[in-house]
Amino acid sequence: MFISMFGAVESGVIYAIMALGVYLSFRVLDFPDLTVDGSFVTGAAVAAIAIMHDVPTIIATLLAVVAGFVAGSITGILNTKGKINPLLSGILMMIALYSINLRIMGRSNIPLLNEPTIFTQLQEIWEGTNIDQSLNAMLLSLGVDRTPGTWSTLLVMIVVTVLIKFITDYYLKTEIGLALRATGDNEKMIRSFSANTDNLKIVGLGISNALVALSGALIAQYGGFADAGMGIGMIVIGLASVIIGEALFGTKTIMRTTLAVIGGAIVYRIVVTWALRVDFLESSDMKLITSLLVIIALVVPKVIDGQKEARRKRRKRNKLQERLKGEA
Amino acid sequence: MLNVKDISLTFNEATPDEKKALQGINLTLKKGDFVTVIGSNGAGKSTLMNVISGSLTPDVGDVAIGQKNVTMYPEFKRSQYIGRVFQDPMAGTAPAMTIEENLAMAYARNKKRKLKPGVNKKRRELFREYLSTLNIGLEDRLNAKVGLLSGGERQALSLLMATFTEPNILLLDEHTAALDPSRAELITNLTRDVVEKFHLTTLMVTHNMQQALDLGNRLIMMDKGQVIFDVSGKEKQALTIEKLLHEFQRIRGIQMDNDRAILG
Ligand SMILES: Nc1ncnc2c1ncn2[C@@H]1O[C@H](COP(=O)(O)OP(=O)(O)O)[C@@H](O)[C@H]1O
Ligand SMILES: [Mg+2]
Repeated sequence: MFISMFGAVESGVIYAIMALGVYLSFRVLDFPDLTVDGSFVTGAAVAAIAIMHDVPTIIATLLAVVAGFVAGSITGILNTKGKINPLLSGILMMIALYSINLRIMGRSNIPLLNEPTIFTQLQEIWEGTNIDQSLNAMLLSLGVDRTPGTWSTLLVMIVVTVLIKFITDYYLKTEIGLALRATGDNEKMIRSFSANTDNLKIVGLGISNALVALSGALIAQYGGFADAGMGIGMIVIGLASVIIGEALFGTKTIMRTTLAVIGGAIVYRIVVTWALRVDFLESSDMKLITSLLVIIALVVPKVIDGQKEARRKRRKRNKLQERLKGEA
Repeated sequence: MLNVKDISLTFNEATPDEKKALQGINLTLKKGDFVTVIGSNGAGKSTLMNVISGSLTPDVGDVAIGQKNVTMYPEFKRSQYIGRVFQDPMAGTAPAMTIEENLAMAYARNKKRKLKPGVNKKRRELFREYLSTLNIGLEDRLNAKVGLLSGGERQALSLLMATFTEPNILLLDEHTAALDPSRAELITNLTRDVVEKFHLTTLMVTHNMQQALDLGNRLIMMDKGQVIFDVSGKEKQALTIEKLLHEFQRIRGIQMDNDRAILG
């Protein structure tokens, strides 16, 4: 149990980078960008093929980021210069990427089990320290019987993801970042303050998909393979993370919201892992579970609000009736 | 400062819905001119504003700001020089962002936007100072989301945002029309003050004739896509609503449709 939850949190932190990308397009730019299903795989494919060709893992990962940026920018260009509606621009790019990804990979699956990855290299360095031993000793004393093989992935990924969060927070408060947010909030207004909203959308979608591709590149190295189908439904997972996070942790400020999105990605992984432990559910049910989660996260807050409202009205009505009775 | 030359614009040309919105408009504003624009519904006032701001491109004709011909500039590029306030209080601000963030976006109008924080200590002080001139307490609510403000407050903020960077041209399109009378008066007074303070070259559309007479040094009347009446200086000061209506009747030979031309 502990091990599988540990794994859920571990992968949740990596997927959180993808969720931050989805937050940028869906929430900040108000652009429902479906490129994500494709660009996630593009990131994985580029990193995997580069690693196969003995490119250092860090550089391979950075190449994936660049590829994601390019893919997102093209979606932005389709929308702003080609005047294609946002949903369709994303779908067109997603479909195009499916073929492009197969071209990049040359086949539909690249195993990385015998290749170095960022995580295996990290672990090698990590073993010089004895952080693992002391953390595991602590777990054992708490009564956990099976301890994780390494803490390096989790701890380093937390640092990386939180760093990306802080950079995003900072960026969204810069002069350019403010204009980007206004593009999603009131486009007509920010154009009347001399912002080139076309370029802002192109760059914003580029950054969004760069994050998605980074996440894909890391997941490929974490899981030990890149697969042409690994992006299917990724956009819904990203949305699930954003919506669950916002519902659970709030959206008062930008900093709070980005933290909520990361939290949402982790909670999502935990829920899915936990659900898959139920006997009658199989891993192929995951997409169904994801959809249900999004639906629940969208509907439940509304139902709760509705009930609150109904209760408030009932109370008011009762009060009025009592008063009328008193007067009678 | 502003030179509008031979502007014509037809919507849906060669269709049953064809509408000649502007027909050969010529207009020159000197620096510091404050021109009020009146005219019946559909006269082409908003279309003229949109052509000047670049949200619409004319079929023929040129727009020049200062010595620069900006006819082919896209809207975002032109808005370096032009401040605008729209009729809809929702239109001029970003509701999900804070007051200070909105001001920071307006502040960056005529600069290149960079990767440095939009709000810093110095700017926050500056924003607070500007806000306090509005006298509605917004200076104490820098971190409030603009979506929480009332229509009047939002319009006051829009006016400030459109003007405090001292644009070459200020365009106001019925910017008090959606407000209740007392709020409208507040915005009217703020408009007078701010135009005076920054010597802004201003074009203000209004359906309130009294407002058109009270404000500015020049008044133009539009009808059917043309400027049909243009007075300034002493002549304008001597103008009354009765004279205006009479003038319209004399030129057009018909009664002005009085549905929206509110007297006073
Ligand atoms: N985008 C448009 N498409 C078609 N017709 C338009 C459009 N905008 C304005 N018009 C028409 O052009 C004429 C002038 O409109 P407008 O400039 O908004 O008048 P107003 O003086 O009331 O501001 C009106 O008849 C209007 O119906
Ligand atoms: Mg109008």
